[in-house]
Amino acid sequence: MTDAAQVSSAPAITTRDLTYRWPGADLVITYPDITLARGQHLFLQGPSGSGKSTLLSMLCGLASAQAGKLVVMGEDLRALSAGKRDQFRADYLGVIFQQFNLVPYLNTTANVTLPCRLSRRRRQRVTGSPEQEASSLLKALGLEPGDWQRPVTALSVGQQQRVAAARALIGGPSVVLADEPTSALDTDNRDRFLELLLGQAKAQGTSVILVSHDPGLANHFDASISLGAPS
Amino acid sequence: MNLPVTLSLALASLWHRRGVLALVTLTLTLSVTLLLGVQYVRTEVRQAFSNTISGTDLIVGARSGQLNLLLYSVFHMGDATNNIKWQSYQSLRKDPRIEWTVPISLGDSYRGYRVVGTNESYLDHFRYGDGHALSFTKGHWFADTFEVVLGADVARKLNHKVPEEIVLSHGTGRVSFMNHDAHPFRISGILKATGTPVDQAVYVSLEGLEAIHIGWESGVAIPGQTVSSEKARALELTPKSITAALVGIERKVMTFQVQRQINQSDLEPLTAILPGVALNELWRILGQFERTLLGITGFVVVTSLIGLVAVLLALQAQRRQEINILRAVGASPRLIGSLYVLECTLLALVSCLLALALGALLITVLGPWLAENYGVVVRLRLLDSTEWLILAAVPVAGLLVGFLPAWRANRKLAQTSGF
Repeated sequence: MTDAAQVSSAPAITTRDLTYRWPGADLVITYPDITLARGQHLFLQGPSGSGKSTLLSMLCGLASAQAGKLVVMGEDLRALSAGKRDQFRADYLGVIFQQFNLVPYLNTTANVTLPCRLSRRRRQRVTGSPEQEASSLLKALGLEPGDWQRPVTALSVGQQQRVAAARALIGGPSVVLADEPTSALDTDNRDRFLELLLGQAKAQGTSVILVSHDPGLANHFDASISLGAPS
Repeated sequence: MNLPVTLSLALASLWHRRGVLALVTLTLTLSVTLLLGVQYVRTEVRQAFSNTISGTDLIVGARSGQLNLLLYSVFHMGDATNNIKWQSYQSLRKDPRIEWTVPISLGDSYRGYRVVGTNESYLDHFRYGDGHALSFTKGHWFADTFEVVLGADVARKLNHKVPEEIVLSHGTGRVSFMNHDAHPFRISGILKATGTPVDQAVYVSLEGLEAIHIGWESGVAIPGQTVSSEKARALELTPKSITAALVGIERKVMTFQVQRQINQSDLEPLTAILPGVALNELWRILGQFERTLLGITGFVVVTSLIGLVAVLLALQAQRRQEINILRAVGASPRLIGSLYVLECTLLALVSCLLALALGALLITVLGPWLAENYGVVVRLRLLDSTEWLILAAVPVAGLLVGFLPAWRANRKLAQTSGF
């Protein structure tokens, strides 16, 4: 894959003239160029249908751009095979969805340690065992130890999102991609969640790209980009 | 692909959905039990069947088909087409190539069990299984004209003990209106269970049979012509004919020669059969039915597997989020696919293990009942290679049909994954 030197010097994310077209649709979305330094947090704001989520899908290699340049941690994602993109995602990226973030048949700790089981790099980057790392992350994100062994379906939405954040952050990924992670939370919970997520990410040098339609979140971030309505 | 991770995910996922999956697993378990049970009992019955008679080189009877002769002489099923003359039997005894002969005379019954008229040589030469000789739980072989030896089942079912007296019936119907009331027989011995038709028979001397039929030449007792047991003893009771004879050949290489010669006998039309060959032919006929049964149960298993896949496919709709999460944390489509294949295989495997346990339980519980009511002895034993193969085919089939949900999942992944 990528050699270490290249990774260490490259910006977290660089895109140039990125366009996407839904399969079978005529509409082409053109994205503004993004350059995100490592450890910096980026806020992506835009109305529904502006292609925010699709951009995240492309950044983590789950969707393919139609044209343009897409480099994450020095790796040209568009040049990688599907299998290598999956492994790259496991090694370097963390993902938080809007909701339903957790595998229902794994408990809280097992959900958090999941990336360490799929990526050797993530496992090697935790000090101690993945379970210990999960515990300290969950603690840092404000989850009580009593909840760690509970079935995740028994947790509140706010707790579930924090478990998802712990999972995204475990093993020090380079970038965390979050799609409207706070949309199901009330204002207090929302701000607290963002502080914890961004603070913890900063502490371990991880960039966060967060997508939301809510412009009120922008002040938490180093930079923000607005996507226009689809043309 | 990461097998330990996939395996632990598959196990956790199956356990999470155990409520729904328990039912399909039960269906599959029952059908696998059925399939395995049919094959198991088939093997057992075949074994018991080929153990029915051993050590006998030829069975000689009146001219008929070999199956008919085998059925009435060994299995006591059906009736002889004709008898063989005592003179013919004597000529067999005199043949220097023939080491021993056992006369068998059929035609009467006791409460539905066949009466076999024979002599001491039956005890000496009749063998079953791996050359086992008959032995007694109680008493001894008949020594008197009016003594009788009971097979194990007869004694147990009718609760007879030595030295009770019993009255034989004329003819072979289960209910007979003509009894040999004038000549009761005293039970001299009860045989040990053999798991063969011997258990279901009653043994008396040829002389005894002759004595009770004096005055019955027309088929019913003619008053005044019958004789009492005491008087009968004094009479010449050599039978004029017998039904069949078991024959042991001194040098086995001569068997075919003797058989050919008996089949071409000048005295009367006779048939000599090789018991092993006849048993094989009989099994070939019965085996058709059993193979059909096995085929049908095979289809039952296939049906259950299809049911299993149908349930897994239906569950797939609920798993979109979960699969999306796994993809997002870096699981490849191959891992997702193998998750489905593994789940299907594991369920099939669980069904097989449950089927083994259920089968063992059924045999333990039902074995004695089968032996008592149907004379079919089914013992608990290790599976043979064919049975292991049949059992192993189930998880393999599970693995193969598991590719269906896996393939469908991957096709959907290509369309709808991501944020």
